[in-house]
Amino acid sequence: MKIYKYGDNVDTDVIIPARYLNAPDEKSLASHCMEDIDASFASTVEAGDIVVGGSNFGCGSSREHAPLAIKACGVRCVIARSFARIFYRNAINIGFPIMECPEAVDGIHAGDQVSVDFNTGVIVNETTGQKFQAAPFPEFVNVIIENGGLLKSLKARGVAK
Amino acid sequence: MGMTMTQKILARSAGLDSVEAGQLIEGKLDLVLGNDITTPVAITEFNKAGLSSVFDRDRIAIVLDHSTPCKDIKSAQLCAACRDFAKRHEITHFYDVGQMGVEHALLPEQGLTAPGEVIIGADSHTCTYGALGAFSTGVGSTDMAAGMATGLAWFKVPSAIRVNLTGKLPKFVSGKDVVLHLIGMIGVDGALYQSLEFRGDGVAALEMDDRFTICNMAIEAGAKNGIFPVDAKTEEYLKGRVDRPWTAFEADPDAAYTREVTIDLSALRPTVALPHLPENTKTVDEAAGMPVQQVVIGSCTNGRLKDLREAAAILRGKKVADGVRCIVIPATQQIYLDAMEEGLIADFIQAGAAVSTPTCGPCLGGHMGVLSDNEWAVSTTNRNFVGRMGPTSSMIILASPAVAAATALTGVITDPATV
Repeated sequence: MKIYKYGDNVDTDVIIPARYLNAPDEKSLASHCMEDIDASFASTVEAGDIVVGGSNFGCGSSREHAPLAIKACGVRCVIARSFARIFYRNAINIGFPIMECPEAVDGIHAGDQVSVDFNTGVIVNETTGQKFQAAPFPEFVNVIIENGGLLKSLKARGVAK
Repeated sequence: MGMTMTQKILARSAGLDSVEAGQLIEGKLDLVLGNDITTPVAITEFNKAGLSSVFDRDRIAIVLDHSTPCKDIKSAQLCAACRDFAKRHEITHFYDVGQMGVEHALLPEQGLTAPGEVIIGADSHTCTYGALGAFSTGVGSTDMAAGMATGLAWFKVPSAIRVNLTGKLPKFVSGKDVVLHLIGMIGVDGALYQSLEFRGDGVAALEMDDRFTICNMAIEAGAKNGIFPVDAKTEEYLKGRVDRPWTAFEADPDAAYTREVTIDLSALRPTVALPHLPENTKTVDEAAGMPVQQVVIGSCTNGRLKDLREAAAILRGKKVADGVRCIVIPATQQIYLDAMEEGLIADFIQAGAAVSTPTCGPCLGGHMGVLSDNEWAVSTTNRNFVGRMGPTSSMIILASPAVAAATALTGVITDPATV
């Protein structure tokens, strides 16, 4: 696995530029993912890689295409100092794992081997041996993630028909 | 502990006596909004989940405003998907080319948003309707699909920053300068997960169009929503637009705020934001002289009648500078008509500006004004991110309609008081 590390305020326009928003499916979105901040990302990213960002990750537009594109690249999760709120709820709603953990952001660098446990929120930098604890999700949010997204969760609860 | 204005609206929507910051609630929605970029994703999720019907066909608005009139085949196919869905579910408030306007100017104009209501929209600038004392916030397409099916959305109750406005705006200074100044003060994540609640004796003198602009860009400070108290100006705006009952909420006197910020409106200068973040603010004096090749006046932020009046007053009888392309986009058909009847459209055309039918177009680098390599634009839109309006080498300076119009006349960032 590889680490892709970026700075603060990674916005949804660089995650998936608007000129690709009319792409017909997630695979096409994935092929342009991060294009305006890291032109080599889409061609080098592999399943299981992890994206690390600074504060306010995913700021800007409400486009769900942004977490969809990252997810479709096979990225395991995004770890950031903080997330912009719409990106945060979009990731949860599509069942894509995100972890808020400033210490991990400071303690993970490109080239490190990192493992994550979504149940406990524990992030381990296998290269340095450092362990980090991400902020846990509230129970309500866990139910959404465990059901594989908001709509499945609403159906499981019998709220949506 | 008292509640903020936002908390009171959310408590009622959740059927609770009170809520506190950090609490997760499920709220009843008064309106669910989507556009031609976000609605197709919502439709896919809606169908994939096997959902069969919408909760209330009168409480969903679908506005085809982003890539319209359609810029290419793919956009046309996305709009067709929206059209089919709207027809199948008999969506009352479906706006296609000819009726549509930029969604956040259109919905209040059409009376679809009222004080005390809870509105989600699959567009980040849905926070605009806080100007009317509503709780409104941007969400994603899955939220939109869930909202259309159930009339519900989950929310984490936000804490709030209180923004005290005092004094009165000087000439050539408008709502855009207020909100850019605020974002410059607190930063693009300064209000992350929080509400921005505007208060103080400076509110009364702010026109509704200025309040819409200010709430529109609350998201650019990371905020969940921006909100103004309901006053005589709000009620005047609602007359003839909203005939259903609505509720004006007020923050409790002992409501807790995480922070208080005070802005003296009378001391503000025209303000711009340099590339590539809305927090990179400078006064027009500091930025004066920076050359641009394109000027855009329009968008959900600044495409309303007051904006067009301010721009036209500066352009009237003068000429756009050589080497500058000036594009003016009235935000709705009604605004376009009003501007035409007032003679503003003639002012723009005679000055050498291009006037377009309503569209979000250039704001997101879609169409109707995409930039080329290394070009600079001054734009009354809301984001100046890398690659937002063109290639990654293109640059956007955010500004008010007055600064944009003055800049169109000279080709360099210009104080409107000097032209």
